[in-house]
Amino acid sequence: MTLADVLRFAGTALRGYRRRSLLMLLAMAIGVAAVIILTALGEGARRYVTGEFASLGTHLLIVLPGRSETTGGPPPLMGETPRDLTLDDALSLTRSLYVRRVAPISVGSAPVSWQRREREVSIVGSTASFIHVRHLRMAKGRFLPAMDPRRAKPVCVIGSTVREQLFGPEAALGQWLRVGDRRFRVLGVLASEGRSLGIDLDDVVIIPVASAQALFDAPSLFRILVEARGRDVIGRAEQEVRRIIQRRHEGEDDITVIAQDALVATFDRIFRALTYTAAGIAAISLAVAGILIMNVMLVAISQRTSEIGLLKSLGASGRQVMVLFLAEAGLLSASGAALGLGLGLAATQLARQLWPVLDMVPPLWAVLAGLGVALATGLVFGVMPARRAARLDPVRALSRR
Amino acid sequence: MIRLRGIQRRFVVGDQSVHALADVSLDITDGEYVAIMGPSGSGKSTLLHVIGLLDRPDAGEYRLSGRDVTTLDDDGLAHIRRSQIGFIFQFFHLVPRLSAADNIALPLVLAGIAPQRRASVVARALEEFGLMDRARHRPDQLSGGQRQRVAIARATVMEPAVLLADEPTGNLDRATGFEVIRILEALTDKGITLVMVTHDPELGRRARRQIHMRDGRVVEDSGRRQ
Ligand SMILES: Nc1ncnc2c1ncn2[C@@H]1O[C@H](COP(=O)(O)OP(=O)(O)OP(=O)(O)O)[C@@H](O)[C@H]1O
Ligand SMILES: [Mg+2]
Repeated sequence: MTLADVLRFAGTALRGYRRRSLLMLLAMAIGVAAVIILTALGEGARRYVTGEFASLGTHLLIVLPGRSETTGGPPPLMGETPRDLTLDDALSLTRSLYVRRVAPISVGSAPVSWQRREREVSIVGSTASFIHVRHLRMAKGRFLPAMDPRRAKPVCVIGSTVREQLFGPEAALGQWLRVGDRRFRVLGVLASEGRSLGIDLDDVVIIPVASAQALFDAPSLFRILVEARGRDVIGRAEQEVRRIIQRRHEGEDDITVIAQDALVATFDRIFRALTYTAAGIAAISLAVAGILIMNVMLVAISQRTSEIGLLKSLGASGRQVMVLFLAEAGLLSASGAALGLGLGLAATQLARQLWPVLDMVPPLWAVLAGLGVALATGLVFGVMPARRAARLDPVRALSRR
Repeated sequence: MIRLRGIQRRFVVGDQSVHALADVSLDITDGEYVAIMGPSGSGKSTLLHVIGLLDRPDAGEYRLSGRDVTTLDDDGLAHIRRSQIGFIFQFFHLVPRLSAADNIALPLVLAGIAPQRRASVVARALEEFGLMDRARHRPDQLSGGQRQRVAIARATVMEPAVLLADEPTGNLDRATGFEVIRILEALTDKGITLVMVTHDPELGRRARRQIHMRDGRVVEDSGRRQ
């Protein structure tokens, strides 16, 4: 028997029992499509989240006051409360060779008004470096000017939501905003960025850090963003940051430094694990489809015993009968897998159009694994029925009709 | 040349043992036309199955063309069935989803014969058995006589030396039955060995040799040289 003949014979057998074959095809297709869709979803989520973090800047270190050895642990009972981070702490970090930029951040919230309109808005105090460190873009005007960070200056930059809600159709540039009990002139409007790490940068007013400290009457910083000179010096930059602050804090290592890269890597790992888990769960449905195939083949054999007897009387060996039935199982799972591939790709393509934020593309390994597992289960679960067919006693098979 | 010596075949059903064949010895020479007759359950079909290598005897010696075939393995038996033996059944046993032409081609497919050669062999067989205009028909679109003609074409397409027919007319009306018998007899004229089981004494008499069986034994053999 040639391979083409085997496949042709198996094909006619499958077409002879159309409804049953279609149902089997569907079971296999759903399994493969599930693997493709779930892994695409996992990959999309992973890319979305890591992309979100990466957009903060890849060489970024975030310096927080207080030491957190284990996240969420209670503060030490004994010992001193951590020292606040000050503007001088932040400025001292620029001395390090490994640090390119430093953006001190102080955060608060205050009523912001223009003419009749007033809103409670998050206020961010920072320096000219902030726009570079966070990779923000301007929609109009310019960002805070480069100047001595210790000086207050009545200028501000506003987010797109603030602009919309306070100014509506009117021009915002050059207008004087009232923030708390002070007035700031609008220098620029940020391009809309959407949410990023919990802070809605569309709904903020950014003012010079010294102005913010005066506004809130608080000399402490919320955190300091540090941009290292390159990816390869992030580790050394972190050590330097610790050393410099420790010296300034009378030898106490009382800060937390989070490397952006490490954070991204962690999320990357978590989402990869989730994707693998989803793929594994979807693969179970493939095994179920395999068992279904076995069942269908067993039914087929009991329905076609006289055909098997006939084949043997025509000179088919047990091995040939086995090959024919194995080919049926293989053909069934192969076309099921192909159908599932089509379904899965179509579904992810559709999802990409509906939710462009989530870039749902199934990873190649998942596509290959889905197809491979489908074929393998079809053949593995086809072996037992095929062997049974091969062992059938032809006389008995022919006498039953 | 078929040579059976002391062939036995027992079936055990529950705690009962049935001697379907009890000590059968028989010689059938090439080109013979043999009818096997006898009451139901006398072992006719079992004998045919043993001769056709579909069933193995429990005891005895079987030589086909001088070769001991009782010791062959599955592949060896399949090869002889494929190349030297053709089977014809009472219930035709056509594959229902395959066309007449595809049914006839089955033995050639199993033998691994190339498609082009297959096509010409099948075309010749269709012509020989008057089935040219039925080539693309499926079995359920054929009459009983046509079905049996397809089965005969299939059984002879590999040009076997021996044709075994188990009540080939048992499912046909008289006229169609005679038509089928005449086709088979035409094959014996060309030198094929035909062994046919039949219940019909009239058909049996047409054969050059009659063998009567009872309880798994040959009780009468017109060709036995005494
Ligand atoms: N697979 C089997 N299992 C058990 N007994 C069997 C089997 N095949 C045949 N027999 C028994 O062997 C005996 C001979 O059977 P066989 O089919 O050869 O008879 P037969 O002469 O062909 O009868 P019929 O004219 O009815 O076809 C019968 O008693 C039958 O019941
Ligand atoms: Mg019988």
